[in-house]
Amino acid sequence: MFDFLDSGQYDVLGAFWVTVQLTLYSAVGSLIWGTVLAGMRVSPVPLLRGFGTAYVNLVRNTPLTLLILGCSLGLSQTLDISLGGDTFKETGFRLAVLGLIAYTGTFVCEALRSGINTVPVGQAEAARALGLSFFQVLTLIVLPQAFRAVIAPLANVLIALTKNTTVAATIGVAEAALLMKEMLENEAQAVFAVFAIFALGFVLLTLPTGLLLGWVAKRLAVKR
Amino acid sequence: MKISKAAAAAAVAVALALTATACGGSDKAASDGGASGDAKKDKIVVGIKYDQPGLGLKTPDGKYTGFDVDVATYVAKELGYQPDQIEFKQAVSAERENLIANGDVKFVVATYSINDKRKEKVDFAGPYFLAHQDLLVRADDSSITKVEDLNKKKLCSVTGSTSAQNIKKTLAPEADLLELGGYSECLTGLENKKVDALTTDNSILAGYAAQEKNKGKFKLVGLTMSNENYGIGLKKGDKELQTKINAALKKMVEDGSWQKAVDANLGPANYKNEPAPQITEGS
Repeated sequence: MFDFLDSGQYDVLGAFWVTVQLTLYSAVGSLIWGTVLAGMRVSPVPLLRGFGTAYVNLVRNTPLTLLILGCSLGLSQTLDISLGGDTFKETGFRLAVLGLIAYTGTFVCEALRSGINTVPVGQAEAARALGLSFFQVLTLIVLPQAFRAVIAPLANVLIALTKNTTVAATIGVAEAALLMKEMLENEAQAVFAVFAIFALGFVLLTLPTGLLLGWVAKRLAVKR
Repeated sequence: MKISKAAAAAAVAVALALTATACGGSDKAASDGGASGDAKKDKIVVGIKYDQPGLGLKTPDGKYTGFDVDVATYVAKELGYQPDQIEFKQAVSAERENLIANGDVKFVVATYSINDKRKEKVDFAGPYFLAHQDLLVRADDSSITKVEDLNKKKLCSVTGSTSAQNIKKTLAPEADLLELGGYSECLTGLENKKVDALTTDNSILAGYAAQEKNKGKFKLVGLTMSNENYGIGLKKGDKELQTKINAALKKMVEDGSWQKAVDANLGPANYKNEPAPQITEGS
């Protein structure tokens, strides 16, 4: 049933490695971008707050496929922005990471914002009473506590991100979903075996993530 | 104990999910059968592509046009079905074998290249058309004349398609290949000069070039990079249907309807088709 794998025609591990790379780059990027967004949404400056709210609500409610396709058709093909990539392989990867960060950042932001709500108001008030600026209150007092409260929700975002990387196949990034399409084209007699391989691959990627981060969340939660 | 309980719960959940999907499938089949009811003999379900201009296209007003559609209609007529008794069903590439094996469609006419792996699951009638992998370029571009030229070019094709794989693995491994979800998306890039050529079967390319909105913008290069024998897919082991369809195809070529259908659907792109191929399947 799985004998088509022996032909050496398909680099399943290589494809999943691209998936992992996409996930890691996008995860780091969206963590940073999401934190910035969360900072904007709780900041005292109305303009930043307005931008944060508008961005999150707009991007969060746009299908990821549209965002990624927009990166490729809009940015790359129409506006000629290739993010420094020379070949379609490089460009596609970078554009996909950009799209994934833009999208996932909104979920990180909202998770963090809920985390900020778990930090007692007194903490911020005390910090302000000590003479810390808004930026210092946020980065020294509030966010460190907020992060510890939202590790489990962030794990969910990370798992969703891992699976969302499959959308990058629509703009030709050679990750797992693209290889799956190739295999389905060639190995029509073994459709279910192909599906099983990729389903298993994603379970192997996401299940440990969930377990590990669940454990970390328990360890680091602020006991109140 | 706790773990085994969890495992049991998981097993139940999986079983439920599986039965749920299975139910979905059979429900649909049942209702399809029910809809036609006792008039089941009067309808024939044919799988075609909905998104390939010139071959199989569902137009916004719900009509079906293209060469594959004409072939399907002709074959159905020979099997004793009038055009209004044909029900077209979308057969996307990855699902063709299952549609046939499950009996959702009687046969599939959808740029379906005959090959050995596919023959493990379905039988073919025909071939009814011989296509080659070719390139579509901007009408004023004459920089590509042979396959070797491709290694320095930017190409576009559809994700996972055989044509894309041919380029990557054998024809031009050094070409910069962009794989997108559909050929229409590639056309945008071709128009914007982000890619130099679009590659797939020449029949499909001719269909796009022949579209009203694309007339005069693109041309076919005319390379013969592969041989694709399109067959009509049908249930494995259905020799009777295979023989009947083969006879219908033969008749279609002999009475000139075949050439007429080719000219009508692919002609506007200045496409020089191969003569109708010899029927090889089922003999």
